[in-house]
Amino acid sequence: MGENTAHPYMANSVPTIQREMLDAIGADSIDQLFSQIPADHRTERPIDLPPALSESALSRHLIGILAKNRTVEQNLNFLGAGSWQHHVPAACDEVVRRNEWLTSVFGEPSSDHGRNQAWFEFCSQLAELVDLDMVGLPVRSWGTAAGYALRMASRLTGRNEVAVVRAIDPERLSVIRNYCEPVEMANHIGVRLVDYDPATGLMNLDDLRAAVGDQTAAVYFETPSYLGVIENQGAAIAEIAHAAGAELIVGVDPISLGVLAAPADYGADIVVGTIQPLGVHLNTGGGVGGFIATRDDERYAHQYPTLLISIAETIEPGEYGFGLSLFEQTSYGLRDKGNDWTGHSVYMWAIAAATYMALMGPRGFEDIGGVILQRAHHAARQLAEIEGVRVIFPSGFFKEFVVNFDGTGRDVGEINESLREQGIFGGKDLSREFPELGASALYCVTEIHTLNDIERLVEALRKAIA
Amino acid sequence: MPAEGATLGLIINPVAGMGGSVGLKGTDGEDVLREAWRRGARPAAEDRARGAVLRLSDSATPLRVLTGSGESGEDVARTAGLDVEVVHRSAPGPTTSADTRAAAEIMAARSVDLLLFVGGDGTARDVLSAVGDGVPVLGVPAGVKMHSAVFGTSPRNAGHLAALFLAGSPAARLREAEVMDLDEAAFRGDRLSARLYGYARSPYERHLSQNAKAGSGMSSEASLDLAARQVAAGMRPGRLYILGPGTTTRRVAHALGLSSTLLGVDAVVDGEFVGVDLDEQGILEAMQGRETWIVVGVLGGQGSLFGRGNQQISAEVIRRAGRDRIIVVSSLEKLIALETASLHVDTGDAEVDAMLAGFVRIETGPNRSTLFKVEA
Amino acid sequence: MSIEPKEYQAPVWHEPVIHQMGAAGRRGVLFNRVEKEVEAAVEPAESLIPDGVRRRSRPALPELSEPEVLYHYLRLSQQTLGMMGISLFGTCTMKYNPAVNEAIAWRPEITEVHPLQHEDTLQGTLEIVHRMDLILREVSGMDQFVFQAGGGAEAAYVNCAVTRGYHAARGELEQRDEIITTIQTHPSSAATAAAAGFKVVTLMLDENGYPSLDALKAAVSNRTAGLMVNNPDDMGVYNPEMKEWVRIVHEAGGLAFHDSANFNGIIGKLRPREIGFDACMFMLHKTFGAPKSGVGGPAVGAYGCSAELAPFLPSPLVAFDGSRYHLDYDRPQSIGKIREFWGNVPVVVKAYAWSLAMGAEGMAQVSDLSVLANNYMEKGLLAIRGVTRSHPEATSPRLEMTRYSLQTLKEETGVDIHDVQNRMTDFGIDAPWTSHEPWLIPEPFTPEAGEMWGREALDSWIAVLKKVSDEAYSNPEHVKAAPHRQAVHRLKPGATDDPATRAMTWRAHQRKTAR
Repeated sequence: MGENTAHPYMANSVPTIQREMLDAIGADSIDQLFSQIPADHRTERPIDLPPALSESALSRHLIGILAKNRTVEQNLNFLGAGSWQHHVPAACDEVVRRNEWLTSVFGEPSSDHGRNQAWFEFCSQLAELVDLDMVGLPVRSWGTAAGYALRMASRLTGRNEVAVVRAIDPERLSVIRNYCEPVEMANHIGVRLVDYDPATGLMNLDDLRAAVGDQTAAVYFETPSYLGVIENQGAAIAEIAHAAGAELIVGVDPISLGVLAAPADYGADIVVGTIQPLGVHLNTGGGVGGFIATRDDERYAHQYPTLLISIAETIEPGEYGFGLSLFEQTSYGLRDKGNDWTGHSVYMWAIAAATYMALMGPRGFEDIGGVILQRAHHAARQLAEIEGVRVIFPSGFFKEFVVNFDGTGRDVGEINESLREQGIFGGKDLSREFPELGASALYCVTEIHTLNDIERLVEALRKAIA
Repeated sequence: MPAEGATLGLIINPVAGMGGSVGLKGTDGEDVLREAWRRGARPAAEDRARGAVLRLSDSATPLRVLTGSGESGEDVARTAGLDVEVVHRSAPGPTTSADTRAAAEIMAARSVDLLLFVGGDGTARDVLSAVGDGVPVLGVPAGVKMHSAVFGTSPRNAGHLAALFLAGSPAARLREAEVMDLDEAAFRGDRLSARLYGYARSPYERHLSQNAKAGSGMSSEASLDLAARQVAAGMRPGRLYILGPGTTTRRVAHALGLSSTLLGVDAVVDGEFVGVDLDEQGILEAMQGRETWIVVGVLGGQGSLFGRGNQQISAEVIRRAGRDRIIVVSSLEKLIALETASLHVDTGDAEVDAMLAGFVRIETGPNRSTLFKVEA
Repeated sequence: MSIEPKEYQAPVWHEPVIHQMGAAGRRGVLFNRVEKEVEAAVEPAESLIPDGVRRRSRPALPELSEPEVLYHYLRLSQQTLGMMGISLFGTCTMKYNPAVNEAIAWRPEITEVHPLQHEDTLQGTLEIVHRMDLILREVSGMDQFVFQAGGGAEAAYVNCAVTRGYHAARGELEQRDEIITTIQTHPSSAATAAAAGFKVVTLMLDENGYPSLDALKAAVSNRTAGLMVNNPDDMGVYNPEMKEWVRIVHEAGGLAFHDSANFNGIIGKLRPREIGFDACMFMLHKTFGAPKSGVGGPAVGAYGCSAELAPFLPSPLVAFDGSRYHLDYDRPQSIGKIREFWGNVPVVVKAYAWSLAMGAEGMAQVSDLSVLANNYMEKGLLAIRGVTRSHPEATSPRLEMTRYSLQTLKEETGVDIHDVQNRMTDFGIDAPWTSHEPWLIPEPFTPEAGEMWGREALDSWIAVLKKVSDEAYSNPEHVKAAPHRQAVHRLKPGATDDPATRAMTWRAHQRKTAR
């Protein structure tokens, strides 16, 4: 690639074209067009990077580096904890990889009709899973969804405290704490952690009652919880929250909703959660995405910080299109604060999830929920039979469960190292996050894990603790 | 919102704007008008009216126009091919402000969907006095003085806006707009005395574009409400708060659970009125021995802070309160729409005007403010 | 430039909403039943669910076969104009998404990797993240980057959180509760500052198209936490006093953040750190080659800062000890997490690939060509009847964007920018961007040519606007009724906002239309 060779990504990198364009403008040089920038703002040191790579060299370079990674295809993976390995139907990938989706996001409803419809179908199908009439376009993660929802509740109630379950992903809790602002800030929202019952992993209702008061804007719990447990006291929690005038926010993994009750059915006011399990690959953590859903009622509609897309008639009778809704928030229900912010999100994953939910249908969700429940329980019981290994909450979980190794005399790091040598990614180490659980790890078993995989894990673990 | 078969009231003040071209500062009153004619001024209002009315006749909405005879509307409307009903005939001779009021009263009684008038502040004032907030009002700018906020930005834009509103478009909404007018007798002597006469319900256009890229935002109404609530919440015990005239400061009063006078100046201590519709003397008395804060909005289409429409808050009042104790509340949209990029003060006291000049902080929404230039 | 624009015809598939499709019993994907050993060993699934939280009725999802689903969404993709036509959507820097980058980003070494894997198994990804960090340091002059933010607005939020952390560490957070920004800075700066708990002070523009130094001086005080500003702005106006701005803010004790959203027009020409900024933000999903990362994310707001601010950055950071890469969580002053895990890795990989494909010279050419293209377009656009430019008194060439107004066209024909947007799509042109809210000038539009599009594409864009302007003067009703050649017609104005008709889901729509 010599000097003056055009670059394949830039049509006007041909020098004669630039000359002609300059002539059309009436300028002598391109540099002249930067005359607004004072000389002492211009850098004296040009960017120093290696010379440009051709596509073949680039491809080789990248693949060479990436080869240093180990994947969950090459290894048997039991990590979950916020990014879960489920089967992604090939059709999902085929759909989202279409170049046609690549838009400015804010094109006109008529010209970007198909993308808008796909977005609407994401919201509409998720609405069926959560049994609610209003779903926003996705936000950037479950944690951001929870953070926004807590702020929505604070605005709705004019209160500045929230009660949050302690059995929560520390990453998510950290996001929530940022959204609730540091204590120095005037609008700081205090986070009161509500303990879980050490025997069951469920929320400790006495602790909840003690935490909730007339300053509580919201109670937040998750089901399945971070520790895997299906919270079965939803109705009681709702009652406590509502009696105090607080909103009930429930975080949920929607892949469970073919078999688990939708939180709205036991009193949730705002439902949040992840969309990653719905047809999105792990992507090294770049697959995460979140959602917010509520009843379709003015009180909530005007609090959404997300983009909302509405079906609407066109000027042609009987024809429907889709457009963004509620861009302009009115003062309805707003207290002394605005509605946070919207920005780039993970709208491509909304299309993946729309495709996924359409492929799954009602029976797909029912089937996958059943398979996951049975596999995960089988795995947990098999592991519990290993000497020194205990499953801390042995029943009432969905796809994740806590495995304790105190009886083995090994710590999780050592065990996982041994497993890694055997081609297995062991569960996430919980010993620092939840010291009271001892040497414990969070294991995730989904529909992709076969009996054979479970047996392989059991064997490898036996070897690891031997 | 109007829809199919809308009715428009059209009032043209045929002599509006005549004074401007010949160095007079208005055409209110027959003496001035005669002087304008003598100096060679010719009516321009009809041209301006035509610009607006053509936009209306382009519109697909079936329209019935109630108007005055001849040059007060009939001629223009008929030329534009509109369906015209003459509801007022002026006496021979120049059209007077009494004609405007009489026509406007009839139109209000007939519940027109919109009253479109062509004129300046004087015409706006006449219309307001006749219809109050009974029917929506929109001005086609044709006058010399246009401090009121009821005017479209140009005749054609006014026509466009009227057409949108009459077609029931959600892009056209109503808001309260100041009707202000100078006392022309004083004005011509280069001495200003502007008054806030009231508020008309007037349509404005908001864009319903799909690509407001930043995501959801608050309407300016919501922003103002929240800003007003914050001002109210920030009030401290024992301090005197002087609330200037207008709808913006009325929002502050509402946030306190009080119902203030719209056009007058009220004073609040500890969340209660200690004076209502005060004059300068009344304000100064209320200030005795109290730390005083002044809460004002921005008045009119040209952006007055002090001196027009709120003269009760005099130079002396401002001097005693101090520049740092002035709280200004306005929507950002209103500031952007001002004809100049600065606010005007004209307290009649050069020293106080100079003190106020510079940048002043304006509360525009919840925890949102801007710094805006003030010029004497 | 004697192009006669030809109309385009979008596919009209009359595609039903997916809930209207399919038939009971059809399946799109199957899962093997559990093995009989498992079946024998554990209870039926419903018995494994605690009482009271079993789902009672199946979700009312559509039931379709796999090809029905696939082709439905492929048809919808075809009914999306976006970049398939010419998209010069201002502030979005609609540049090429290189096919090789897409191919690499979908390799299993990225898609099939769990973020919580042991570092030993992540060395490839960590190396790319670190290398991208180094490239951005070189481009910006900053000392450390973090990729956790999932977009530009979220990176602005990172800045607010870092600003909180910095002042809190000095015991000044309670006092420093104001962020200063400008009316022409992206609204996400003001919005994130407010969401982070700051009071926002917005400076208005002077006649030159940027706020005056006096306005800034009046705004700063011992309450100033920081300044968040872009430069150039999205009208292509560069504030030449920015060094002085940064000095004034620093003198007042505040931090200065450069929203580098419009960096495409200045890449290689200046470094935010050399101007004095403490921090900056690049949108990898636009400036660095992966436009929108698809349909509006996943995206990356790469946030970079000085060494002084680095301790406050979100965790983890990727560190390199000379032989191995680490995820550094041991950062006691860190603000913690803004979003789970450590960023949208596929987008970082794409940006890295783009940077290597461009090299230093290519990057410098990006700003050259973008600014050249914008000024070339300006020549053509200002020759069109009814088109004017914002701040006519600011006569220097604009950078990579110019803000135009169609106010004259609207006054003379009644056709507004929204009509023009819609009509342009009939010629295969993605509707041009207008302006951020609030509109400072009426009927605005803002094309951003960028470096990808060839002169012919720019000429076509100009020719289409000229054509639409001609139509506005000759047959305004035709423009006002546009589009005429899209999958559907224009939405009924206001229908998406009216509580009686708006419906964000199919079930809400069913409920509202059943009445």
